[in-house]
Amino acid sequence: MAARGPGRVSVLLPTYNERDNLPLVVWLLARTFSDSGIDFEIIIIDDGSPDGTQEVAQQLEKIYGSDKILLRPRARKLGLGTAYIHGMKYATGNFIVIMDADLSHHPKFIPEFIRKQKEGNFDIVSGTRYKGNGGVYGWDLKRKLISRGANFLTQVLLRPGASDLTGSFRLYRKEVLEKLMEKCVSKGYVFQMEMIVRARQLGFTVGEVPISFVDRVYGESKLGGNEIVSFLKGLLTLFATT
Amino acid sequence: PVPLMGLALPVSPFPVFPSLSFSLPLSPQAAMTKLAQWLCGLALLGSAWAALALAPPGLQPPAPLRQALLPLPVYLLVAFGCYSLATVGYRLATFNDCEEAAAELQEQIRAAKADLRRRGLRL
Repeated sequence: MAARGPGRVSVLLPTYNERDNLPLVVWLLARTFSDSGIDFEIIIIDDGSPDGTQEVAQQLEKIYGSDKILLRPRARKLGLGTAYIHGMKYATGNFIVIMDADLSHHPKFIPEFIRKQKEGNFDIVSGTRYKGNGGVYGWDLKRKLISRGANFLTQVLLRPGASDLTGSFRLYRKEVLEKLMEKCVSKGYVFQMEMIVRARQLGFTVGEVPISFVDRVYGESKLGGNEIVSFLKGLLTLFATT
Repeated sequence: PVPLMGLALPVSPFPVFPSLSFSLPLSPQAAMTKLAQWLCGLALLGSAWAALALAPPGLQPPAPLRQALLPLPVYLLVAFGCYSLATVGYRLATFNDCEEAAAELQEQIRAAKADLRRRGLRL
């Protein structure tokens, strides 16, 4: 008897002004899943993008079918955490993949996430830029230094058992993500960190897969002092409360 | 019998912190925050250092030991600083650049646009 597949994988794609990238990431996802024979659905949670993202999403729904592309938009920008909660309500898969919709995360790693999950029966599989042949494209020395420095700080202070705490390309078992969303309260980078930290607190297991992160946006949006300050504040909050 | 069982459970010689769990931070009952763990650890090491290094003349350890002990906290701090710099420096130097991934993505974007146009996507 042939081995059962992983069941359905639900991909949560929160979008804001991703009119150009959305069709590309959906195309890559669809191709990856059909090439590896994995049942899937893509849940697009658009926060009222003014650039026409929703029109593009509707065209994609027509092309790929409304059983594969689920449009679940919201009226305005309400944040990533609530986007996940909102999207999860409609997810019918056993596994949920969260990723960025701007092509910095490549869908080709999802079958590797699934393979890793099976290998160790992990509750979470996290893509890491810092181990193995994981890496980044499009970052200058300063950006890389900040990244490595911040990561070092989180490792020393939180000892999280995962090498890439601020990464947002992950696979969760559905029940695990539901449980975590109840407990996590932070925003932005810190939210991703808190998920892993709380997961470890609750006894969940985390596996890792090296991924490549292709940053095509960095040139336009440098990492500002504000973001660094809020990262540090969030890190210290997690340090003191978990 | 009941009090004995209560003492036997946590593997800790410090009854004041029965939930001390340096080795089991994953346990759901662990409860100690990282900050609390750090403060505990620092308090332990600090009091041990103070007891030995600042002891009254009658209880002082031998002179060479005391000479090494006194500046130890500063030495450790500096050593940790060096370790941090070296580690971050090494990790920075070995941070992989994904040239191939970027090139592959460009290719795929071209293919995706063409295919989507064929399938009826109008931008």
